[in-house]
Amino acid sequence: MAPILDIKQLYKNYGSVEILKDINVAIEPGDFLVLVGPSGCGKSTLLNCIAGLEPITGGTLSIGGKDMTHVSPKDRDIAMVFQSYALYPTMSVAKNITFGMKVRGVDAATQEQKLNEVASQLQIEQLLNRRPGQLSGGQRQRVAMGRALVRDPKLFLFDEPLSNLDAKLRVEMRSEIKKLHQNLGATMVYVTHDQIEAMTLATKIVVLKGGVVQQIGTPAEIYNRPANLFVADFMGSPAMNLIPAKATKNGTGTQIEIAREGAAPLMLTDTHAENLPQDVILGLRPEDIAEAGFRAGEDVQVAECHIDMVEPAGADTFVVSELGGKQVTARLHAETGAQPGQPLPLAFDLSKVSYFAPGSGERLN
Amino acid sequence: MTDFTQSYDAPRRNYSQLALRWLLFALLGLFALFYLMPLFVMVTTSLKSLEEIRTGSLVALPREVTFDAWRTAWSETCTGVKCEGLKPYFWNSVLMTVPAVIIATLLGAVNGYVIAQWRFKGANLIFSLMLFGCFIPFQVVLLPMARSLGILGLAGSIPGLILVHVIYGIGFTTLFFRNYYVTIPSELTKAAKVDGAGFFRIFWSIFLPLSLPIVVVTVIWQFTNIWNDFLFGVSFSQSGTQPVTVALNNIVNSTTGVKEYNVDMAAAIIAALPTLLVYVVAGKYFIRGLTAGSVKG
Amino acid sequence: MTEWLERHVPKMVLAPSFVAVLIFVYGFIFWTAWVSFTRSKLMPRYEIKGFIQYERLFASPRWDTAMDNLFIFGTLFIGISMILGLFLAILLDQKIRAEGALRTIYLYPMALSMIVTGTAWKWIMNPGLGIEATVRSWGFESFTFNWITDPKMAIYAVVVAAVWQASGFVMALFLAGLRSVDEEIIKAAQVDGIPTWRIYSAIIIPSMAPIFLSAFIVLAHLAIKSFDLVIALTGGGPGYATDLPATYMYAMAFSRGDIGQAASSAMVMMGVVFAIVVPYLYSELRAKHD
Repeated sequence: MAPILDIKQLYKNYGSVEILKDINVAIEPGDFLVLVGPSGCGKSTLLNCIAGLEPITGGTLSIGGKDMTHVSPKDRDIAMVFQSYALYPTMSVAKNITFGMKVRGVDAATQEQKLNEVASQLQIEQLLNRRPGQLSGGQRQRVAMGRALVRDPKLFLFDEPLSNLDAKLRVEMRSEIKKLHQNLGATMVYVTHDQIEAMTLATKIVVLKGGVVQQIGTPAEIYNRPANLFVADFMGSPAMNLIPAKATKNGTGTQIEIAREGAAPLMLTDTHAENLPQDVILGLRPEDIAEAGFRAGEDVQVAECHIDMVEPAGADTFVVSELGGKQVTARLHAETGAQPGQPLPLAFDLSKVSYFAPGSGERLN
Repeated sequence: MTDFTQSYDAPRRNYSQLALRWLLFALLGLFALFYLMPLFVMVTTSLKSLEEIRTGSLVALPREVTFDAWRTAWSETCTGVKCEGLKPYFWNSVLMTVPAVIIATLLGAVNGYVIAQWRFKGANLIFSLMLFGCFIPFQVVLLPMARSLGILGLAGSIPGLILVHVIYGIGFTTLFFRNYYVTIPSELTKAAKVDGAGFFRIFWSIFLPLSLPIVVVTVIWQFTNIWNDFLFGVSFSQSGTQPVTVALNNIVNSTTGVKEYNVDMAAAIIAALPTLLVYVVAGKYFIRGLTAGSVKG
Repeated sequence: MTEWLERHVPKMVLAPSFVAVLIFVYGFIFWTAWVSFTRSKLMPRYEIKGFIQYERLFASPRWDTAMDNLFIFGTLFIGISMILGLFLAILLDQKIRAEGALRTIYLYPMALSMIVTGTAWKWIMNPGLGIEATVRSWGFESFTFNWITDPKMAIYAVVVAAVWQASGFVMALFLAGLRSVDEEIIKAAQVDGIPTWRIYSAIIIPSMAPIFLSAFIVLAHLAIKSFDLVIALTGGGPGYATDLPATYMYAMAFSRGDIGQAASSAMVMMGVVFAIVVPYLYSELRAKHD
């Protein structure tokens, strides 16, 4: 199938400042693409470029197989939901939703019919005569979505649409957006700085930093096999443990040595890793370090660790131990008997391990 | 701000606090008298006969209220050679002020909209240049403007004055609208663009309906400034086209005949009435304009 | 074509105003500057002759008086208005029940034309029938208040009227400033037991520095442009006693027919304004960009 959105070698400069560098992304119809990264990484600029709200400096962009590089926003067959919702403050909800159709000269009967469809879909029928100022945050969010839905576009664009909502509402709306995506089978591009939103919503994630794509992949790929230290650290909460270590080849595999203060180094043996340089950074997610006896498998290795801190978090309990000069977090079950200041045998699941080069930060395995 | 001196309904107050409170009210009242005194004197003087003015006291209430001075000031008193009172000049001011206010406000609205919401390279420089224009002492443009009005065939005419007031009003009106529109998220413009609306459509359907408060502020600001202007009026008008401020000055400073102080005062009040009225009716917006005009950028 | 039009509409909309400002502000300044270097008299002439107009200007005793007056008037007007404005703002800030009414009373002179202000004060300060006569009629026979006709004192009469007109405005600015100080800081100071006057002098007033600056700029600007008030109150007299640069320029331009002098005096005025305003505007615009 032809990609519905195809971005090739896109560059964007503001004066002499490069905001986006050599962006190449393509998605299929029905995809949910999430652009994620820290603030200032260029993700919103990229979305604005896709919308045609910002001219691009170099490269091409096509939507639905048509070159849209220089086409104005209204002719791109897109709809957009903004962070501030950008509802027209002096128009009623109904007028907000139909404004685009009115501008395009759609006849009144069709406007009415589409308005009613969307209103019932989003359950905002009772709000149609209100002004945006009279709505709650969640209601505004729905109206903003309604304004996009009514357009029935090739591409939906979302610019951090949930960041102005409180935590509870954010989770609710997140699943609504997910449902909407599944029900409509629509193609969506979604910008967020929240990696949990990215993980839960996306079929495909682009991680950006400093205007450069760090990794493109499915949520699982990004989570399990981060392409570099930045992605490893940025995606996942609590973040992946990144521990400096020394690797030496021996008979059965690679010997991994992690220094510990005031104790013998922690020794692990990885039977899969090959061709590692001597200095590596070992990456292991908190859930891949468990209490000994609770994790089995051929790549699980147990070692006794000194527990510095215990943080019960309800469903799980996190414990922290210093390894390789880093505060390493392990995710244990809630009923663990771990005590701060006491040793505890921990199981390291090396089947999930990532290795990175300390200098370049690139993934090694 | 939180209240520093204990509030007046605090259950227990000692005498020094009470004394302070009274001192405060006394001072405030004294200053109120200072600001009100000229207005009081103007009004009472305008209601007295000349005879009473010569014999009575400045601050006394009129013994016998007469509106003769008002009638004279409005329709009979002499400015230079003509003796038609202030009336024709008052209408000159209206004819000059109304179009100048409308045009300058409209231009300011559109300019502010462009500068705040449609930023392009150089827009900030243009804004800075326009802002600078607000600060020049107008003396520096007086001579070339007099010649230009002559060349345009507008010398000594009301349209000429309108042109002058519009040109030197644009800077401020643009500033007002720009500062207002800058607070409106640019996402609104973006959303409308995605909806397919163009430059004028967005202005007309989205920004203009939002602008009532700033329109009021701007109109009041422009109205007060143009109505009260004297420099342009005296420089660029001739005997039939003078605005009311110029005519008032001519009445007061004419050296011929008996000095009719009651007529002078009545004329001064007439000239001040429109702006005073605006101030009383929409003082809030007037103050907002003043402070917006001084806290720039 | 429509694409192009769409992209350039904003610029085209701004263009007329921009061109007008370019011509009528910057072009005109240039014209005046040029003429100030010529021998223009009744009619403008365009051969540059150097600084003769400025030499004449600075040699003129009338201009000397005007600049002296500007200095006296400016200092007193700005100083008194600021102090009075701040004082009134602090008084009004004490949770006064009638605050709205008092504010309206203090500020209304700002809505008047300076010609009206001048007319009123001219009458009030009229020695024969005004304050002087009134106080004398109360029995103080030797009381004199004839500033307006006394060449030495007339400029102070102008100061009184100008302060009456503008101090309420300064009050409004300062009151807004007082109200915008972070309440938590004040609460913290109150909890620390700092007396009210120290809270004002050590916390609130220092934090209003930008407002002092803008009040100063506005007042300075008003002082330099002052023209109407002097014309209405004293007509520049007695003699030239209350001439200001603005009235000097006007007299040269329109009654004396000395365009060269008018142009050079206008340029000096602009120099003074810009010396005050440019650094301010520059810092304001810079602050905006950060």
